[in-house]
Amino acid sequence: MREFLLLCVIVVAGTGGELCVTRAMKQIGEVTDFRPSALVRFILKALVVGWMWIGIAMMTVAFFALLAALSFENVSFVVPVTALSYAAGAVGAVLFLRERISVQRWIGVLIVCAGVTIVLLSKH
Amino acid sequence: MTDSPGLHFKTFLLIVMIVVFAPLGNVLLGKGMKTVGPATHWAAADLWNVFVRICSSGYIWLGVASLMTFFVAYMLVLTWADYSYVQPASSFSYAMVALLGYLLLGEAITPLRCLGIGMICLGVLIVGHTPPRTTAVKV
Repeated sequence: MREFLLLCVIVVAGTGGELCVTRAMKQIGEVTDFRPSALVRFILKALVVGWMWIGIAMMTVAFFALLAALSFENVSFVVPVTALSYAAGAVGAVLFLRERISVQRWIGVLIVCAGVTIVLLSKH
Repeated sequence: MTDSPGLHFKTFLLIVMIVVFAPLGNVLLGKGMKTVGPATHWAAADLWNVFVRICSSGYIWLGVASLMTFFVAYMLVLTWADYSYVQPASSFSYAMVALLGYLLLGEAITPLRCLGIGMICLGVLIVGHTPPRTTAVKV
Protein backbone atom coordinates (compact mmCIF):
# COMPACT_ATOMS: atom_id res chain seq x y z
CA MET A 1 0.00 0.00 0.00
CA ARG A 2 2.80 2.39 0.95
CA GLU A 3 4.61 1.53 -2.29
CA PHE A 4 1.42 2.07 -4.37
CA LEU A 5 0.73 5.46 -2.75
CA LEU A 6 4.29 6.64 -3.30
CA LEU A 7 4.23 5.62 -6.96
CA CYS A 8 0.87 7.42 -7.45
CA VAL A 9 2.30 10.60 -5.91
CA ILE A 10 5.39 10.36 -8.15
CA VAL A 11 3.24 10.00 -11.30
CA VAL A 12 0.51 12.55 -10.49
CA ALA A 13 2.66 15.26 -8.89
CA GLY A 14 5.49 14.73 -11.39
CA THR A 15 3.27 14.99 -14.47
CA GLY A 16 1.30 17.92 -13.05
CA GLY A 17 4.55 19.70 -12.24
CA GLU A 18 5.95 19.16 -15.73
CA LEU A 19 2.76 20.48 -17.34
CA CYS A 20 2.89 23.62 -15.17
CA VAL A 21 6.58 24.18 -16.00
CA THR A 22 5.83 23.71 -19.70
CA ARG A 23 3.06 26.29 -19.52
CA ALA A 24 5.49 28.71 -17.86
CA MET A 25 8.14 28.07 -20.54
CA LYS A 26 5.65 28.69 -23.32
CA GLN A 27 4.80 32.06 -21.71
CA ILE A 28 8.48 33.03 -21.79
CA GLY A 29 9.04 32.02 -25.39
CA GLU A 30 11.77 30.26 -27.37
CA VAL A 31 15.41 30.58 -26.27
CA THR A 32 17.67 31.64 -29.15
CA ASP A 33 20.64 33.09 -27.20
CA PHE A 34 22.72 30.52 -25.25
CA ARG A 35 25.36 32.86 -23.78
CA PRO A 36 25.65 32.57 -19.94
CA SER A 37 24.30 36.09 -19.33
CA ALA A 38 21.30 35.38 -21.55
CA LEU A 39 20.68 32.07 -19.75
CA VAL A 40 20.77 33.85 -16.36
CA ARG A 41 18.22 36.37 -17.68
CA PHE A 42 16.13 33.46 -18.93
CA ILE A 43 16.16 31.77 -15.49
CA LEU A 44 15.26 35.06 -13.75
CA LYS A 45 12.37 35.53 -16.18
CA ALA A 46 11.20 31.99 -15.50
CA LEU A 47 11.22 32.59 -11.73
CA VAL A 48 8.59 35.36 -11.93
CA VAL A 49 6.03 33.18 -13.72
CA GLY A 50 3.43 31.78 -11.31
CA TRP A 51 3.04 28.49 -13.16
CA MET A 52 6.76 27.86 -12.67
CA TRP A 53 6.42 27.95 -8.86
CA ILE A 54 3.34 25.71 -8.88
CA GLY A 55 5.28 23.31 -11.11
CA ILE A 56 8.36 23.40 -8.87
CA ALA A 57 6.22 22.72 -5.76
CA MET A 58 4.58 19.70 -7.39
CA MET A 59 7.91 18.38 -8.67
CA THR A 60 9.42 18.77 -5.17
CA VAL A 61 6.65 16.57 -3.74
CA ALA A 62 7.30 14.03 -6.52
CA PHE A 63 11.05 14.17 -5.79
CA PHE A 64 10.69 13.29 -2.10
CA ALA A 65 8.22 10.52 -2.96
CA LEU A 66 10.83 9.19 -5.41
CA LEU A 67 13.51 9.27 -2.70
CA ALA A 68 11.21 7.36 -0.34
CA ALA A 69 10.47 4.73 -3.01
CA LEU A 70 14.16 4.37 -3.89
CA SER A 71 15.00 3.66 -0.27
CA PHE A 72 13.37 0.21 -0.51
CA GLU A 73 12.98 -0.54 -4.26
CA ASN A 74 15.38 -0.92 -7.20
CA VAL A 75 15.92 2.01 -9.56
CA SER A 76 15.15 -0.25 -12.54
CA PHE A 77 11.71 -0.92 -11.04
CA VAL A 78 10.73 2.52 -9.75
CA VAL A 79 11.78 4.55 -12.80
CA PRO A 80 9.87 2.46 -15.40
CA VAL A 81 6.73 2.61 -13.25
CA THR A 82 6.87 6.40 -13.38
CA ALA A 83 6.33 6.08 -17.15
CA LEU A 84 2.63 5.79 -16.37
CA SER A 85 2.94 9.56 -16.64
CA TYR A 86 3.20 9.16 -20.44
CA ALA A 87 -0.52 8.56 -20.76
CA ALA A 88 -1.32 11.28 -18.22
CA GLY A 89 1.15 13.63 -19.92
CA ALA A 90 -0.30 13.18 -23.41
CA VAL A 91 -3.86 13.76 -22.17
CA GLY A 92 -2.70 16.72 -20.10
CA ALA A 93 -0.85 18.20 -23.08
CA VAL A 94 -4.08 18.16 -25.10
CA LEU A 95 -6.35 19.47 -22.33
CA PHE A 96 -4.03 21.83 -20.46
CA LEU A 97 -1.55 23.03 -23.11
CA ARG A 98 -3.84 22.80 -26.18
CA GLU A 99 -1.22 20.82 -28.09
CA ARG A 100 -2.33 18.85 -31.14
CA ILE A 101 -1.07 15.27 -31.07
CA SER A 102 -0.95 13.39 -34.39
CA VAL A 103 -2.03 9.76 -34.76
CA GLN A 104 1.62 8.81 -35.40
CA ARG A 105 2.72 10.44 -32.16
CA TRP A 106 -0.10 8.74 -30.24
CA ILE A 107 1.04 5.38 -31.66
CA GLY A 108 4.60 6.13 -30.53
CA VAL A 109 3.45 7.08 -27.04
CA LEU A 110 1.36 3.89 -26.80
CA ILE A 111 4.28 1.66 -27.89
CA VAL A 112 6.54 3.38 -25.36
CA CYS A 113 3.94 2.73 -22.66
CA ALA A 114 3.61 -0.94 -23.69
CA GLY A 115 7.40 -1.34 -23.53
CA VAL A 116 7.53 0.25 -20.12
CA THR A 117 4.75 -2.05 -18.92
CA ILE A 118 6.76 -5.10 -20.04
CA VAL A 119 9.76 -3.75 -18.15
CA LEU A 120 7.51 -3.42 -15.13
CA LEU A 121 6.19 -6.97 -15.48
CA SER A 122 9.74 -8.31 -15.75
CA LYS A 123 10.07 -7.76 -12.01
CA HIS A 124 7.79 -10.76 -11.31
CA MET B 1 11.71 29.89 -35.83
CA THR B 2 10.77 27.58 -38.68
CA ASP B 3 11.02 23.78 -38.58
CA SER B 4 14.68 23.94 -39.77
CA PRO B 5 17.63 21.47 -39.53
CA GLY B 6 19.10 23.82 -36.90
CA LEU B 7 16.00 23.44 -34.77
CA HIS B 8 16.17 19.65 -35.08
CA PHE B 9 19.90 19.61 -34.13
CA LYS B 10 19.30 21.86 -31.11
CA THR B 11 16.41 19.64 -30.03
CA PHE B 12 18.50 16.45 -30.51
CA LEU B 13 21.43 17.83 -28.49
CA LEU B 14 19.27 18.78 -25.52
CA ILE B 15 17.37 15.48 -25.61
CA VAL B 16 20.74 13.65 -25.44
CA MET B 17 21.54 15.68 -22.30
CA ILE B 18 18.14 14.77 -20.87
CA VAL B 19 18.69 11.07 -21.64
CA VAL B 20 22.11 11.00 -19.94
CA PHE B 21 21.63 13.21 -16.88
CA ALA B 22 18.15 12.11 -15.76
CA PRO B 23 19.02 8.36 -15.42
CA LEU B 24 22.42 9.14 -13.93
CA GLY B 25 20.70 11.31 -11.33
CA ASN B 26 18.17 8.60 -10.51
CA VAL B 27 20.87 5.93 -10.18
CA LEU B 28 22.91 8.16 -7.87
CA LEU B 29 19.79 8.88 -5.79
CA GLY B 30 19.09 5.14 -5.66
CA LYS B 31 22.60 4.41 -4.45
CA GLY B 32 22.35 7.19 -1.89
CA MET B 33 18.96 6.10 -0.59
CA LYS B 34 20.12 2.49 -0.24
CA THR B 35 22.83 3.73 2.14
CA VAL B 36 20.41 6.08 3.98
CA GLY B 37 17.76 3.35 4.35
CA PRO B 38 13.96 3.62 4.53
CA ALA B 39 11.94 5.43 7.18
CA THR B 40 10.79 2.67 9.53
CA HIS B 41 7.96 4.31 11.51
CA TRP B 42 7.07 7.39 9.40
CA ALA B 43 6.85 9.44 12.61
CA ALA B 44 8.08 13.06 12.56
CA ALA B 45 11.30 12.28 14.46
CA ASP B 46 12.06 9.30 12.22
CA LEU B 47 11.40 11.34 9.04
CA TRP B 48 13.63 14.16 10.33
CA ASN B 49 16.39 11.66 11.05
CA VAL B 50 16.11 10.29 7.48
CA PHE B 51 16.07 13.86 6.08
CA VAL B 52 19.31 14.70 7.90
CA ARG B 53 20.96 11.52 6.59
CA ILE B 54 19.76 12.38 3.06
CA CYS B 55 21.29 15.87 3.31
CA SER B 56 24.64 14.44 4.41
CA SER B 57 24.89 11.87 1.60
CA GLY B 58 27.37 12.68 -1.18
CA TYR B 59 25.57 10.41 -3.66
CA ILE B 60 22.31 12.30 -3.08
CA TRP B 61 23.99 15.67 -3.81
CA LEU B 62 25.64 14.27 -6.95
CA GLY B 63 22.26 12.92 -8.01
CA VAL B 64 20.60 16.29 -7.38
CA ALA B 65 23.33 18.06 -9.43
CA SER B 66 22.79 15.61 -12.28
CA LEU B 67 19.01 16.08 -12.13
CA MET B 68 19.42 19.87 -12.08
CA THR B 69 21.49 19.65 -15.27
CA PHE B 70 18.72 17.53 -16.76
CA PHE B 71 16.09 20.04 -15.61
CA VAL B 72 17.82 23.04 -17.22
CA ALA B 73 18.14 21.12 -20.52
CA TYR B 74 14.48 20.14 -20.20
CA MET B 75 13.35 23.72 -19.57
CA LEU B 76 15.33 24.99 -22.54
CA VAL B 77 13.97 22.43 -25.00
CA LEU B 78 10.40 23.06 -23.84
CA THR B 79 10.62 26.70 -24.92
CA TRP B 80 10.30 25.58 -28.55
CA ALA B 81 9.29 21.91 -28.67
CA ASP B 82 5.96 20.38 -27.62
CA TYR B 83 5.74 18.67 -24.24
CA SER B 84 4.07 15.69 -25.95
CA TYR B 85 7.16 15.41 -28.21
CA VAL B 86 9.86 15.92 -25.57
CA GLN B 87 8.41 13.57 -22.98
CA PRO B 88 8.27 10.44 -25.21
CA ALA B 89 11.54 11.32 -26.95
CA SER B 90 13.29 11.40 -23.61
CA SER B 91 12.14 7.85 -22.87
CA PHE B 92 15.51 6.52 -24.08
CA SER B 93 16.43 7.29 -20.50
CA TYR B 94 14.72 4.00 -19.54
CA ALA B 95 17.35 2.10 -21.50
CA MET B 96 20.01 4.23 -19.86
CA VAL B 97 18.65 3.73 -16.34
CA ALA B 98 18.61 -0.04 -16.84
CA LEU B 99 22.17 0.03 -18.19
CA LEU B 100 23.42 2.22 -15.35
CA GLY B 101 21.45 0.18 -12.81
CA TYR B 102 23.19 -2.95 -14.10
CA LEU B 103 26.68 -1.41 -14.30
CA LEU B 104 26.72 0.73 -11.15
CA LEU B 105 24.22 -0.95 -8.83
CA GLY B 106 24.44 -4.58 -10.00
CA GLU B 107 20.69 -4.84 -10.69
CA ALA B 108 19.52 -7.86 -12.76
CA ILE B 109 18.34 -7.11 -16.33
CA THR B 110 16.22 -10.03 -17.62
CA PRO B 111 15.47 -10.78 -21.33
CA LEU B 112 11.86 -9.66 -20.76
CA ARG B 113 13.13 -6.33 -19.51
CA CYS B 114 15.37 -6.02 -22.60
CA LEU B 115 12.26 -6.65 -24.77
CA GLY B 116 10.44 -3.88 -22.96
CA ILE B 117 13.34 -1.51 -23.45
CA GLY B 118 13.41 -2.40 -27.17
CA MET B 119 9.73 -1.50 -27.45
CA ILE B 120 10.40 1.80 -25.72
CA CYS B 121 13.12 2.60 -28.26
CA LEU B 122 10.76 1.69 -31.15
CA GLY B 123 8.13 4.03 -29.75
CA VAL B 124 10.74 6.76 -29.43
CA LEU B 125 11.78 6.32 -33.08
CA ILE B 126 8.16 6.72 -34.20
CA VAL B 127 7.73 9.82 -32.07
CA GLY B 128 11.04 11.20 -33.41
CA HIS B 129 9.62 11.26 -36.93
CA THR B 130 6.93 13.76 -35.98
CA PRO B 131 7.61 17.53 -36.08
CA PRO B 132 8.80 19.01 -32.74
CA ARG B 133 6.13 21.73 -32.75
CA THR B 134 2.46 21.45 -33.67
CA THR B 135 1.08 24.54 -31.99
CA ALA B 136 1.00 28.05 -33.46
CA VAL B 137 3.93 30.39 -32.69
CA LYS B 138 3.09 33.63 -30.83
CA VAL B 139 4.37 36.72 -32.73
